Amino acid sequence: MAMIGLWILILLVMIAVGAPLLAPHDPFAQELGNRLQPLWSEGHILGTDSLGRDLLSRLIYGSRITLYIVGLVALIAPITGLLVGTVAGYVGGWTDQVLMRITDIFLAFPRLVLALAFVAALGAGIENAVLAISLTAWPPYARIARAETLTIRSSDYISAIQLQGAGAMRIITKHIWPLCISSLIVRVTLDMAGIILAAAGLGFLGLGAQPPSPEWGAMISEGRQFILDHWWVAAVPGMAIFTVSLAFNLLGDGLRDVLDPKDSEK
Amino acid sequence: MTLLDVENLWVKFPSRQGVFEAVRGVSFTLGRERLAIVGESGSGKSMTGRAILQLIRPPGIVTADQVSLEGVNLMQKTEREMRDVRGKRVSMVMQDPKFSLNPVMTIGQQIIEAYRLHNKANKSIAYEKALSMLEAVSIRDPKRVMRAYPHEMSGGMGQRIMIAMMLIPSPEILIADEPTSALDVSVQRQVLSIIDTLVTDRGMGLIFISHDLNLVADFCDRVLIMYSGRIVEVCDAKNLHEAKHPYTRGLLNSLPRLNAPRKKLDVLSRDPAWSEAPSVSGRV
Repeated sequence: MAMIGLWILILLVMIAVGAPLLAPHDPFAQELGNRLQPLWSEGHILGTDSLGRDLLSRLIYGSRITLYIVGLVALIAPITGLLVGTVAGYVGGWTDQVLMRITDIFLAFPRLVLALAFVAALGAGIENAVLAISLTAWPPYARIARAETLTIRSSDYISAIQLQGAGAMRIITKHIWPLCISSLIVRVTLDMAGIILAAAGLGFLGLGAQPPSPEWGAMISEGRQFILDHWWVAAVPGMAIFTVSLAFNLLGDGLRDVLDPKDSEK
Repeated sequence: MTLLDVENLWVKFPSRQGVFEAVRGVSFTLGRERLAIVGESGSGKSMTGRAILQLIRPPGIVTADQVSLEGVNLMQKTEREMRDVRGKRVSMVMQDPKFSLNPVMTIGQQIIEAYRLHNKANKSIAYEKALSMLEAVSIRDPKRVMRAYPHEMSGGMGQRIMIAMMLIPSPEILIADEPTSALDVSVQRQVLSIIDTLVTDRGMGLIFISHDLNLVADFCDRVLIMYSGRIVEVCDAKNLHEAKHPYTRGLLNSLPRLNAPRKKLDVLSRDPAWSEAPSVSGRV
């Protein structure tokens, strides 16, 4: 199953890279005489939207936006979480208390609601959507990293390196981070689906990518007005979101089986 | 010549049931010799070793009139200054090599890191140093071992690697905290003789923490016997079997001996007065 997920994602990356070659039409070219064409109509395999833009082309270009958001969030959130969690876990005491209570505050809000609030404050747009989603995504990573750090820091090899005279910075970056990373990677892949949904949700509410950019969530939102008579305008990007989220989940599951040493003994 | 002078060392742990005193006023000196600290588990041997390096975890508290390394009092040093002492001047080998090596770094990386923590040397020099150090602890194929991970090593090899790692910054004092108790008897001797050669060749001081009286009598110059956080007796290792304190006698008599077989071995009967009696000074 994990391989299916992996192949879907490889396909997605290839589509995103080769978008100008693969797309049959310009994703922004409007053709009002040809609006709301059904699936399999001539020249437009997936039909056209309310402004006569080719849905397939928009879907293909939309994959770039999805990957951009997921990629950036998957970089920012785990790194922030790792930093906060390991420092809190290793230093302990007041530092731990303060950092973890801040984490708790972020965890107390539902993700999309908090992201909405951030985007509303920062202004709509892809960059701000990325920032907002990252801000809501890092606390779970901080918790995982802290829990790992607590078990690692009391181990003998950390004492051994301490009594060789290593400082806290060196121990955290060279000896604790490498051991936290595998559990974080699993969490990232399992989180990706959520990130895609959050990004699409923001786009749907008009707070993510702005028109005319072909973001999948925004495309659903545009198709919503015609959903009864022209269902495919909303369903096509919906299917895309569904497929990619599923692919990330399958991959995450597979990675967990590979990276978790407790399971691999079976 | 005195390398280390410890005077009135205490280690305390505040707890809900009051303050627990793990080490209670221990004093001793260490020259370029092999000093053993023996005692049953919980007598404060390891705590003494860790307290010298000030590596007692909070909430533990270390107090002492002085812990001087060649005349400089370590108690007055800041944490940052202590980092230059640890490893470079005083080093410690721990009990179980399986847990004292980082499982996700190769042995080479770890030894090289240990060297470069205290010496500004580029990687190729450090690599050569690490290779020769591994040879010094009689590792047969050092190039392969440098690339290997800790789990690929046997216990005895692991402990020799630890010794190599701890000795590569050439410290003046090595604290060996039960370095052989996780190893089987034949490997024990081998590891001990390596420690012995290295310590003698480099003119280092060795603090050897153990609970094995026979081993200590063979291997060390002087012995401190600890009981409930205090030193109850100090004697020369070769005279250990003539020790006078009832606790030491009890420990000796509870061991079977080939040349004097007995039907029943003695069981230690503890006298509360032992833990009340003031600590004997191990200072020379």
